Amino acid sequence: MNSTENTVPKISLKDVKKSFGAKRVLDGVTLDIAKGESVVVIGGSGTGKSVLIKSIIGILLADSGIIKVDGEDVTQVQASARESVNRKFGMLFQGAALFDSLPVWENVAFGLMQRERMSRKHAKERAIETLAKVGLSAEVGELAPSELSGGMQKRVGLARAIAGEPEIIFFDEPTTGLDPIMADVINDLIISCVKQQGITALSITHDMHSARKIADRVTMLYEGKLIWDGAAADVDRSGNPYVEQFVHGSAEGPIKMQVRR
Amino acid sequence: MNFLALIGRVVLAFLGHIGRLTLFTGTALSHCVRPPIYPRLIGRQMIDIGYYSLPVVGLTAIFSGMVLALQSYTGFARFAAGSENAVANVVVVSLTRELGPVLAGLMVAGRIGASMAAEIGTMRVTEQLDALTTLSTNPYKYLVVPRLIAGTLMLPLLVFIADIIGIFGGFVVSVYKLGFNPAAYISNTYDFMQPLDVISGLVKAGVFGFIIALMGCYSGYHSKGGAQGVGAATTNAVVSSSILILTFNYIITELFFGT
Ligand SMILES: Nc1ncnc2c1ncn2[C@@H]1O[C@H](COP(=O)(O)OP(=O)(O)OP(=O)(O)O)[C@@H](O)[C@H]1O
Ligand SMILES: [Mg+2]
Repeated sequence: MNSTENTVPKISLKDVKKSFGAKRVLDGVTLDIAKGESVVVIGGSGTGKSVLIKSIIGILLADSGIIKVDGEDVTQVQASARESVNRKFGMLFQGAALFDSLPVWENVAFGLMQRERMSRKHAKERAIETLAKVGLSAEVGELAPSELSGGMQKRVGLARAIAGEPEIIFFDEPTTGLDPIMADVINDLIISCVKQQGITALSITHDMHSARKIADRVTMLYEGKLIWDGAAADVDRSGNPYVEQFVHGSAEGPIKMQVRR
Repeated sequence: MNFLALIGRVVLAFLGHIGRLTLFTGTALSHCVRPPIYPRLIGRQMIDIGYYSLPVVGLTAIFSGMVLALQSYTGFARFAAGSENAVANVVVVSLTRELGPVLAGLMVAGRIGASMAAEIGTMRVTEQLDALTTLSTNPYKYLVVPRLIAGTLMLPLLVFIADIIGIFGGFVVSVYKLGFNPAAYISNTYDFMQPLDVISGLVKAGVFGFIIALMGCYSGYHSKGGAQGVGAATTNAVVSSSILILTFNYIITELFFGT
């Protein structure tokens, strides 16, 4: 176990903090993710799960703390070096964030053409293969993103995230808005990315069924901190009242929703 | 006291804007000279800015040329007879120096600046700009640089065409309405046409094209907060580029012709 390959975590967060104005969203998040591991972050709506991912990929700048990717502190790298760090990443945005000026296949092939300088013809073939993996036909590839349903857009976003075969993929609610069968297809796809291709995955989900299936490890974000971290098999007997309430989807418990009755 | 605070806030906001704009311009320019460049995208923007603006700019130019001829004739007729030379002179000088670049600039600011701000602004609020970054594509290179290059190159071309169309408009009114001798009018036009007038107009056009693309991209890039934010960005792009166009119009005129 003394080879650095195994000891340096793929992603390592230490005491990461992020506020918007007076509002503290991340209040000291510490998390290590090993290479080839699939970690799922759960937590209530608006607790900062998306902010957490965006801080790691550098879309948002953390106020303080250390974020390391392959042992390199990415909060310190220059803008130009940032692009090479980003090469390791694939990201599925919560709102898909497809380029609406490009047809679907060009969206999927975008990273291949821009990053890897693949020819349009080759990239298109790869895009269509990748679309097939998320259950979309080649004809869909010719449509504009605005012509797709929400769930289809999500799957195109997913295809775009995995097309470049990145080392690390971030999935922001991959199964939200999909029917149960398609959701399971996507779960299997994520599992195959992690298990077969050795990709490291950090996912956000509210779908506990999906979380149990795709995660090696589950961690829960609450009030800016990761309050629980454990094997996916243990989420149902975590012994943590917050996690239990979340997993059972119960309105009664320590987490109080800010609603008026 | 409250009043002073208000002034202070406005001044700070203004300075903040200037700072951000300067930074934005510097970053954009530095990306203009570093690879990769995207010829395909530059080409598409050139078509958008140059070709599709032709009808608007052409119409503006022809009516401006026509009204110039009519106005200067009726104006001069009060003072002197035989004002035919003067009409051709006024048309050619004011079009090439002033009206061609300024009117084309303002029209293109409304057409192109607004659409750039709306497009990039929508990309901002729908996280498409973030998606670009995660796909290792720099938004400055991919979106801003092609627009800046296309704007700076295409506006002079548009203005050159506008000059020709405008002079033709003046010719039409002079000959068919005012009954001037066509051959004399054309030779007058040639005599009065100074290379420096035309060149100064084209330089203005290049600067205006840069301003339009810059303000369109800047407003869109810094827009926030959904549809309303995009709307504000669009308005901001048109208003600020129009004001900057008029300001730089004076500055460039001063540089060329000021004594
Ligand atoms: N760009 C921003 N500017 C200001 N506040 C923001 C911004 N982005 C997020 N926030 C705030 O940060 C908090 C966390 O947002 P985030 O999107 O991370 O939630 P989330 O955990 O992903 O929720 P959901 O499960 O609903 O997607 C929210 O309260 C939100 O208001
Ligand atoms: Mg979210």
